[in-house]
Amino acid sequence: MPHDGHDHDHQGSELSPVALRVKALESLLVEKGYVDPAALDVLIETYETKVGPRNGARVVARAWCDPDFADWLKRDATAAIASLGFQGRQGEHMVALFNTAQVHNMVVCTLCSCYPWPVLGLPPVWYKSPPYRSRAVLDPRGVLADFGVKLPEDVEVRVWDSTAEVRYLVIPLRPAATDGWSEERLAAMVSRDAVIGTGLAKASA
Amino acid sequence: MNGPQDMGGMMGFGPVAPEAGEPRFHEEWERRAFALTLAMGATGTWNIDASRHARETLPPLTYWSSSYYEIWLEGLIKLMGERGLVSADEIRTGKSAEPPRGVARVLKADMVAGVLAKGGPANRSAPAPARFKPGDKIRIRNIHPQGHTRLPRYAHDHAGEIVRVHGCHVFPDSSAHGKGDDPHWLYAVRFSVRELWGHEGPDHVHIDLWEPYLEATP
Repeated sequence: MPHDGHDHDHQGSELSPVALRVKALESLLVEKGYVDPAALDVLIETYETKVGPRNGARVVARAWCDPDFADWLKRDATAAIASLGFQGRQGEHMVALFNTAQVHNMVVCTLCSCYPWPVLGLPPVWYKSPPYRSRAVLDPRGVLADFGVKLPEDVEVRVWDSTAEVRYLVIPLRPAATDGWSEERLAAMVSRDAVIGTGLAKASA
Repeated sequence: MNGPQDMGGMMGFGPVAPEAGEPRFHEEWERRAFALTLAMGATGTWNIDASRHARETLPPLTYWSSSYYEIWLEGLIKLMGERGLVSADEIRTGKSAEPPRGVARVLKADMVAGVLAKGGPANRSAPAPARFKPGDKIRIRNIHPQGHTRLPRYAHDHAGEIVRVHGCHVFPDSSAHGKGDDPHWLYAVRFSVRELWGHEGPDHVHIDLWEPYLEATP
């Protein structure tokens, strides 16, 4: 799957300098006995196929359907989220931020790429890149416009710069006219961006 | 330190460019670099603060012109070199020339799920009561540590309000430099955009900040 600005060679016959460097490093570390190649495969498989934004969407849908769960999320998000089976690395200390008609929350890590892995998986490139990290705190409405989101002037935007080991999860507003929808159907309209706060949950999606 | 990672409020990087249908990894080497970084982290030879510091002390022009996994890769090589796990020659050739150093643990495939589920909680028992509570007005100290810190420059000397007490957490400024956990109270601090940037409007920025970064407002 080609994309802009890169010459790809997926045959592996002409590896780029960085690809060669990683390959040499892996064989060195395996030879030294520091890493087990089978463990590398499991790590990759876990974050490529098992852990991703569907987890966060399930948390959001449960919060929309179950007021007790929503209340638990407000009091102890780490425990509430763990009750759905999502926990551990990069999600040790979770805080849920509830959007309202008057407040829109949005999460960034200006210093690196802190991101709630158990509920969202690995961050997209834009989240880790200088345009987002530099501007989210200075011009959050401009960043939202890059995502096609325009909020009323009187809605307060709350940006959360996650500089510590606390990880934030945005609970977006539930779209109108979704009364009686199943949790599964609700979860399907919760995008990754809605849970970061750069998007909104949309019923038409 | 005032390094290249401290980007909050910088200008000129252009618009945010989300990629539709973005894959988890764009290149095979990114998969391997990611997994190598996690697997070497699991050996227990350094902590997350030291690994962040290794990346952030790359030369600024290298940092800004590298992709994220390139930064991870160079950080990993630096950490291993500093701790004598590998030599520069070995990195160049990809062949072992010296006996391995002992490491606390080698991550095996059947350990991965358990290690990830356990994670690495950063909360610690408190050596002293929290100095601040929600609603307290504080000011960020104007400090420029030479070593690792998680105090972004854009917060310096600004007035804010405590909105949440997260607990007592490992202090990265100490932990990154082998000085132990040195736990301190961690707070979410709220700043108006008028205070930070001179902007009008109802918006606020919140930053997670440790007690040593804060001073009471007289």
